Amino acid sequence: MESSGRHVTGPAGGTPGTRVQEAGDGGPDPLEAEFQRLIDADQRIEPRDWMPDAYRSTLIRQIAQHAHSEIIGMQPEGNWITRAPSLRRKAILMAKVQDEAGHGLYLYCAAETLGVDRAELIDRLHAGRQKYSSIFNYPTLTWADVGAIGWLVDGSAITNQIPLCRCSYGPYARAMVRVCKEESFHQRQGFELLYALAHGTPAQRAMAQDAVDRWWWPSIMMFGPPDQESTHTAQSMAWGIKRFSNDELRQRFVDMVAQQIVALGLTPPDPALRWNAERGHFDFGECDWEELRRVVRGDGPCNRERLAHHIKADEEGAWVREAAAAYAAKQAARAAA
Amino acid sequence: MSNDARLPLWEVFVRSRRGLSHNHVGSLHAADAEMALRNARDVFTRRMEGISIWVVPSTAITASSPDEKDAFFDPAGDKAYRHPTFYTIPKDVQQL
Repeated sequence: MESSGRHVTGPAGGTPGTRVQEAGDGGPDPLEAEFQRLIDADQRIEPRDWMPDAYRSTLIRQIAQHAHSEIIGMQPEGNWITRAPSLRRKAILMAKVQDEAGHGLYLYCAAETLGVDRAELIDRLHAGRQKYSSIFNYPTLTWADVGAIGWLVDGSAITNQIPLCRCSYGPYARAMVRVCKEESFHQRQGFELLYALAHGTPAQRAMAQDAVDRWWWPSIMMFGPPDQESTHTAQSMAWGIKRFSNDELRQRFVDMVAQQIVALGLTPPDPALRWNAERGHFDFGECDWEELRRVVRGDGPCNRERLAHHIKADEEGAWVREAAAAYAAKQAARAAA
Repeated sequence: MSNDARLPLWEVFVRSRRGLSHNHVGSLHAADAEMALRNARDVFTRRMEGISIWVVPSTAITASSPDEKDAFFDPAGDKAYRHPTFYTIPKDVQQL
């Protein structure tokens, strides 16, 4: 028996993921073989199971990046809460932004089962050692952007997240099930908002078109670089973390929005977008990958602002956490007396 | 995040409706049990997913070790006679 249900892995409670490799052992490692057998049988890996160090570090990187994205993603939409055009829209937007906070917390909790501390992940984000989705480095210039984010950005996120519900790592898969259930409202409210604008006054319609024009390509690039340039895909697929490649998911997303934009009555900002009966998919134009690389490197329109805001919120909230901890210590001391 | 302000971790269990037991849904950080309950309500029951919540300090949980998994659960492995299907009953016997 070991003392805790968490954060203790490996024999003798050693550093997570470490193990003693017997020298000269040329045969297949039994721990690794058992791990791969579970993956191949489509079973889930659970926190205290043995796992290769690289599997653990890949998951920490991916889940933390996903969690940071949910939290940073609150900023572009939070920008419009005080200026929502009606009480109905305001209540919806507040609920959505609150959901994003919740999604971030589900994901930090999944990452912590791998033996890292949330505070450390946040430190890594602040130091620029972990990233968040580059989509949130674009500004929300008009109210219609809230609709475009819900429809396109959340639509892209859902396409990416649905296969993650079957990810080989149990806590991540379970978090994604909750997230996906909640995301579908996000996408629908965005579509409905854009639909209302697209069927409103000429100025509203122009605003909707402008927002779709600006968010279309960044949303398509959210799936990451093309398959031949994607450095993590092959290993992640072998480990059952990823089920489909970037380009497969991208095609799935384009097929979905290409039809939905017709219902909105807006024009896709891609002259190459057309149905290809032979492939059974929509063809679409080439993404500006140089732009994606630029934004990922830190030169998007809002990179510095997003991180600075997160650091400020963390620092300004420090006294609240300290006061809560001091109060808890005082109460515990009184109860003990 | 400063080191001195790291709040302890709590495991959260939610009873989704009457007649069901509490199920583990995840974990969160909070300074004390009362705040852990309030945070759990906000994080895990925004859509009426629960009618009762338990929070337990993560450090209070004792778990079986995965390294001993085989030895630990083996004793049940060879006791098929604990299952009703182990027994042969004539076909024409009803309700047994």
